[in-house]
Amino acid sequence: MTLLRVEGLTKRYGATDVLRGVDLDVDHGERIAILGASGSGKSTLLRCLNFMEMPDAGTVTLDGQAIGRRESELVKLRQRIGMVFQQFNLFPHMTAIGNVMEGLRTVRRFGKAKARARAETELARVGLADKAETYPAHLSGGQKQRVAIARALAMDPELLLFDEPTSALDPELVGEVLTVIRSLAEEGRTMLLVTHELGFAYHVATRVIFLADGTIHEQGTPDEVLKRPRKERTQSFLARHKEFSL
Amino acid sequence: MTYTWDFAPVVANWDLLAEGLLNTLKVTGTALSCGLALGLVLALMRLSRHRLTSWPAGFVIEVFRTTPPLVQLFWFFFALPLLVGIEMTPFMAAAVTFSIQSAAFFAEVFRAGIQSVERGQWDGARAIGMTYAQAMQRIVLPQAVKRMIPAFMERAIELMKTTTLVATISYADLLFAANEISQKTFRPLETYTVVALVYFVLIFLASLLARQLELRLARSGESTVR
Repeated sequence: MTLLRVEGLTKRYGATDVLRGVDLDVDHGERIAILGASGSGKSTLLRCLNFMEMPDAGTVTLDGQAIGRRESELVKLRQRIGMVFQQFNLFPHMTAIGNVMEGLRTVRRFGKAKARARAETELARVGLADKAETYPAHLSGGQKQRVAIARALAMDPELLLFDEPTSALDPELVGEVLTVIRSLAEEGRTMLLVTHELGFAYHVATRVIFLADGTIHEQGTPDEVLKRPRKERTQSFLARHKEFSL
Repeated sequence: MTYTWDFAPVVANWDLLAEGLLNTLKVTGTALSCGLALGLVLALMRLSRHRLTSWPAGFVIEVFRTTPPLVQLFWFFFALPLLVGIEMTPFMAAAVTFSIQSAAFFAEVFRAGIQSVERGQWDGARAIGMTYAQAMQRIVLPQAVKRMIPAFMERAIELMKTTTLVATISYADLLFAANEISQKTFRPLETYTVVALVYFVLIFLASLLARQLELRLARSGESTVR
């Protein structure tokens, strides 16, 4: 059953074609890892799905409903698609729980008590119940990213987008964030994940997409793409990534 | 030749000084609060993508930033009544002039503050489904305002000193009172020294207050105070 359908997605920055007509169907419960060299358009693809970037052409259909470009439509769409960023983008003037409550209060118009209860549940889910009253400045990178995940989860999204969620973290903090993402995978949530963590992609994703030159160059199960890639560019990308692994 | 300082005649006229001070505070306070509100509106208009809203705001801002405040004051006091036929009291002229004038400066401070907020903050706000207005009000402005406090303070101090111009349209502010007292007592040195002291104490106290406010806001780790 298709949750998200992307057809002919095109994005240009000046003279550069970043996405050249991407077609992609995402089924309920699918976990798709998006790989690719830097500049291949991974993040742009993700950001076009919830219209953080405006595609130049193409359509995005969520649950059979094509998405227009009016703010009122985009605002509704973004409530159904959660996004987690490389740089966390937490609101520094709000505590951890304030960050998680914000969408519920301002967008969903929840009452204070109801929003707080919901936010506490989400913070507990990412293991940060004891940091509720802490401001982001006093959290580690891993904790910040977990708060950001809780903030996205609070909106009860049907689809989660992770844009290199561990790339800005010190190596020893990557594990705690990946653990949270894996637990979400085990709950059966639908997600798209741009990542450089090949091992994580292999173990958690149900499908792997390799992006090159703004199109889907190769895709398949983690075994197919990561263990037995058919195309040369995929092979050389993987070889470069494995060069220094043990 | 030695000059003998004698402050007694100035002190004897304290009631005139107090009235002047009150009037100075009235003009400054009015201009500050109207200027802040109008300044925010002008800044939001200027940041708009629609030329129909951004251009008029830009026009007002540039005109009031580039013309001398004394000329603006005269224009509102003498020229506007001739053009539209409403009688302007000195207070009204002063309040209108300095409100718009400080709004022009505050608008630029607001704009700089808003633009200094990282793009990621807009991303974070929009990703949870906020509209432009919600993101501006809940996420961007609160952070921008914090960063603007020092610049606001600077403008407010500048404004309080600029209001001394109202003496020229015979509004009885602190400086106007000083002129009167010095003519009456033949003690200009003492009078102006006392007035300078009053301005110093007032503005110094205000800066201390602003600093306290900044420190309180610094709790969340996001502030100009290190």
